[in-house]
Amino acid sequence: MKATRFAAACIAVAAVALAACEREQRRFQESSGNAPAQAASPADTVRPGGGPAAKSPADPTTGDVASLYQENAYAISQGKQLFTWYNCVGCHSHGGGGMGPPLMDDKWRYGAEPEAIYKTIVDGRPNGMPSFAGRIVDSQVWQLVAYVRSMSGLARSDAAPGRSDAMQAGEPETRREKTRPRPEPQG
Amino acid sequence: MATQIPALADRAGWTLQHALSPAGPQAAQIHDLWQFTLWLCVLVGGVVFAAFAWALWRAQRGTEDTPPIDVAHATEQRGVRVVAAAILVVVVGLFALVTASVMTDRALASLPRANPLTIELTGHQWWWEARYEDRDPSRTFSTANELHVPVGRPVLVKLLSGDVIHSFWVPRLHGKADLIPGRTNTIQFRADEAGVYRGQCAEFCGYQHAFMAFLVVADAPDEYERWAERQRGSAIAPSSDAEKRGQQVFLQGTCVMCHAVQGTDANARFGPDLTHVGGRQTIAAGTLPNQPQHLAHWIVDPQAVKPGVNMPPNRLAAADLDALVAYLTSLK
Amino acid sequence: MSASFDVDRRATSAQHEALAGAWGDKPGLVGWLSTVDHKRVGVRFIVTAFGFFVAAGVLAAIMRWQLARPDNHLVGPDLYNQLFTMHGTTMMFLFAVPMMLAVGVYFVPLVVGTRNIAFPRMNAFAYYIYLFGGLMLYAAFLLDTGPDAGWFSYTPLAGPQYSAGKRVDFWAQLVTFTEISSLLVAIQLITTVLKLRAPGMALQRIPLFAWAMMVTSFMVIFAMPSVMFASTSLITDRLVGTHFFNHAEGGDSVLWQHLFWFFGHPEVYIIFVPALGMMSSIISTFARRPIFGHLVMVLSLVTTGFLGFGLWVHHMFATDVPELGKSFFTAVSMMIAIPTALQIFNWTVTLWTGKLVFRTPLLFVLAFFFILLIGGLTGLMLGSVPLDLQIHDTYFVVAHLHYVLIGGSVFPLFGAFYYWFPKMTGRMLSERLGKWNFWLFFIGFNVAFFPMHILGLRGMPRRVYTYPTEMGWGELNFVATLGATTIALSVALFVVNVVRSVRHGAVAGDNPWNSPTLEWATASPPGPYNFARIPVVGAREPLWDPGGIRGHVTGLADDKPELLVTSVVDAEPDHRFLFPGPSIWPFLTAVATTAMLVASVFTPWAVVWGSIPVVVTMIGWFWPKRRDTEASLALERKP
Repeated sequence: MKATRFAAACIAVAAVALAACEREQRRFQESSGNAPAQAASPADTVRPGGGPAAKSPADPTTGDVASLYQENAYAISQGKQLFTWYNCVGCHSHGGGGMGPPLMDDKWRYGAEPEAIYKTIVDGRPNGMPSFAGRIVDSQVWQLVAYVRSMSGLARSDAAPGRSDAMQAGEPETRREKTRPRPEPQG
Repeated sequence: MATQIPALADRAGWTLQHALSPAGPQAAQIHDLWQFTLWLCVLVGGVVFAAFAWALWRAQRGTEDTPPIDVAHATEQRGVRVVAAAILVVVVGLFALVTASVMTDRALASLPRANPLTIELTGHQWWWEARYEDRDPSRTFSTANELHVPVGRPVLVKLLSGDVIHSFWVPRLHGKADLIPGRTNTIQFRADEAGVYRGQCAEFCGYQHAFMAFLVVADAPDEYERWAERQRGSAIAPSSDAEKRGQQVFLQGTCVMCHAVQGTDANARFGPDLTHVGGRQTIAAGTLPNQPQHLAHWIVDPQAVKPGVNMPPNRLAAADLDALVAYLTSLK
Repeated sequence: MSASFDVDRRATSAQHEALAGAWGDKPGLVGWLSTVDHKRVGVRFIVTAFGFFVAAGVLAAIMRWQLARPDNHLVGPDLYNQLFTMHGTTMMFLFAVPMMLAVGVYFVPLVVGTRNIAFPRMNAFAYYIYLFGGLMLYAAFLLDTGPDAGWFSYTPLAGPQYSAGKRVDFWAQLVTFTEISSLLVAIQLITTVLKLRAPGMALQRIPLFAWAMMVTSFMVIFAMPSVMFASTSLITDRLVGTHFFNHAEGGDSVLWQHLFWFFGHPEVYIIFVPALGMMSSIISTFARRPIFGHLVMVLSLVTTGFLGFGLWVHHMFATDVPELGKSFFTAVSMMIAIPTALQIFNWTVTLWTGKLVFRTPLLFVLAFFFILLIGGLTGLMLGSVPLDLQIHDTYFVVAHLHYVLIGGSVFPLFGAFYYWFPKMTGRMLSERLGKWNFWLFFIGFNVAFFPMHILGLRGMPRRVYTYPTEMGWGELNFVATLGATTIALSVALFVVNVVRSVRHGAVAGDNPWNSPTLEWATASPPGPYNFARIPVVGAREPLWDPGGIRGHVTGLADDKPELLVTSVVDAEPDHRFLFPGPSIWPFLTAVATTAMLVASVFTPWAVVWGSIPVVVTMIGWFWPKRRDTEASLALERKP
């Protein structure tokens, strides 16, 4: 009885420890390379800055890479920074949407899984989402993916970012209630 | 990682950021105050310590079993006089220090500041964005990490921050002033000798605080005007094939997401302005000499040079990388 | 004639036994956790604080080895930021203040002639909450969640946008733990010094060490709330999105600096003033005479305490605080040199007119005069606005702060260890090892830190994980690293000395140094009741002055933990008071509080739900026990 309780306590502590280790890692050296130029989606996909897609060596992206970022506080906060820098706010505002659909609600046209969001950013989507292939390196795309998920509460609250040092645009991501993604008809 | 700065190799490295080697009136005023304070402190401290050492030497010795001394009234009276005299000396000394300090403050405030060159400097993690102001808005220009100033003319720097608190410090020219987000601080200085003065961020600002340096290059006034005129112009158009290809790589790839090159479509403001990057002595905020091999290394793997910096690694094919470096080097 | 005082020996062995039963602890783990004996709690405080000292020293050693050569890659920027943050946080919050207060917890009741510290259960709670806070911080550090924004944690860098994750939150919560602990101990010390003194110990007869601890405690009470408010605001900014430090929504990052330094400057005096008290105790004993100018010494301590609150903006001279305001703080920063100079001059006269006993405690004390003098002078330089603008945030400041903190506090502290170790353990520390300890520390310290003055003047900023070769900072940094290694050796030697002497040191009697103050009037180590008979004091040096002890107190119960409460000014007996005995509730309350505070790093709801166990344990703590009430009533009728 004592041994099993002790073992359970150890496992609990180890779980907390592993979670902390993952959440707090600052991975500065990432596998790099521009986001691979995937097979282009339908012809009306635009590219930021126009011009043909740059040919770049494709980088294998595995499911493991995706999960490395989802629970990493540093990655999500970098994603938040890039969300402004790369002008996602130009169409999506700070999640409320505008020219582009809102990203902080529970409706997902193309899926809420990290791989789906990654594809959205890299390939673009119909009706105006540009393809950022060749513009944003892999590691940064994954950071953006992690941040986008945090906008609707899908990131762990201890990894999601708090308020920014700017005028308040909405509840801090760490305070957002976890939404249940549901599909929206692709329009 | 070798970090020779070839243009400055003739200058003994230790004077680059030496606070006691003033090259302008502000730093000179502070240097004078330093000398006065140092000698006064050494004097008073020396006397106090000598008195203490003498007291130790002269005092009788005892052991734990020595009976405690019944102190004579006369001894205590003499002690009172000694301490009173000593405190008087200390008070006078402190007053002298305060006076010297306030006088230096006032001297600094009354240094000539007419017709200053005005620069709006915004600190970012971990680089410096400079916007040279002018009464005629068409003559303003932006640059990064390397400030040129004319010798003998006051410079007014407005200090802003784009993220966290930084601190602008060029020891040979002046003390430091903080860049605080939400506030505009100012600092004024004047370089009286032509030369290159290294400065460094002096307020802990994150992972690459250690490598957030910048250069202040004091040029003769006409040379400064030539530099400023070049800065106002758009980027030099690429001439060779390599440079043209390099420009293509720049515009078609990741660079445009953060960097601006005036005269092209690249207009992003989140990384240093590269319009005239080829003319700078260093890259990466004073970290590496601006030479092709360093530039290539920086582009491909900035995280190896400055772990934690905001610029991602960019793996490019060798030919593309060479072309890009040729293009950037041509942007003088 | 400093006769070894033998009031205690007039008590019979039966009385000693009764007292030991009344004041002692039960055996076993529960007894160990339930103790409210200020000496047992004090020893734990001291040992724990020393442990943190060593931990912070190890972190510093790693930093020094990283900085020993230019462009070094021993440690990257992320880990380095955690190292210097943990070093500063540990030294300031987990070593320096707790250690100074701990020496007070152990010795103030003895020095003022009473049997326990006021609020003994609160004392135990203060220890446990301090221990758990420190353990939380180091657990976080080992899990890559150590704070990395500096021990001063400036916003916006430490704010939610620029410090991702929970690292800074653990720092802020650590502040909560340690501030609760320090505030509670401060309350205990003030109450003990004002209300529990032996009869006859009027204000003018209170030893300088007790005065120092009281002044320190008042400083704690006024300074700590500022940093508690700051750190709590930082937590709420990060956890729930308040805007205290967000300039875009009406907050201000300079507000953080004001709040932090309003605490931060008195903090260094909180660390310094107890050391001044220790200096007086040691100098008086080892010069075989009372300290010259007692009244001036007391007034200097009090003045330092007040002036310490008027300096804080000198940490902010590079911000855009108005120039006239900055000059005010220059003036006060210079002014505070006066009471410290008075202390130094009075001690010098004491030494000059005394008969010097050159033992290890005195050696450490003498080093103060050299090291603190230099530190104080560089402090004057830093107090001047124009000068400060050159040397602020450079290695010059690192040199200054270590000169004043180590010279001004750590050296006297080591002297106090050597001085009071015989009282605490009944054994003497080795003089031979002590002298090696001292010289290695003194030489190592100066070799490590003096070059940093020059490095700062040559342009080396603080908090840099490495530096380019051509800056020319390499040689001095290497020398500094050698010095730091020497310090480490010295501390290791001290530990060896302690471990060997605890078992095999020469047996110390009650008063091996023939000191004048009351803690030496009882056994070494004292029984749980401190004094079998509380002395009636007639002079400032009770064990030296022929009329120093006029008699002893009768009428206190031997078989119950009874104490005499006296008046504030003249220490006339006021009433008898039955003290609480051992209790497990402080430990349990500390556990409940820790759970609440650690959980509230992750969710604000922890404050709500977590307060329930805290309330439950506090009810258990304060629930009156029938046995105690009956005993109290019985004592009232018939002593």
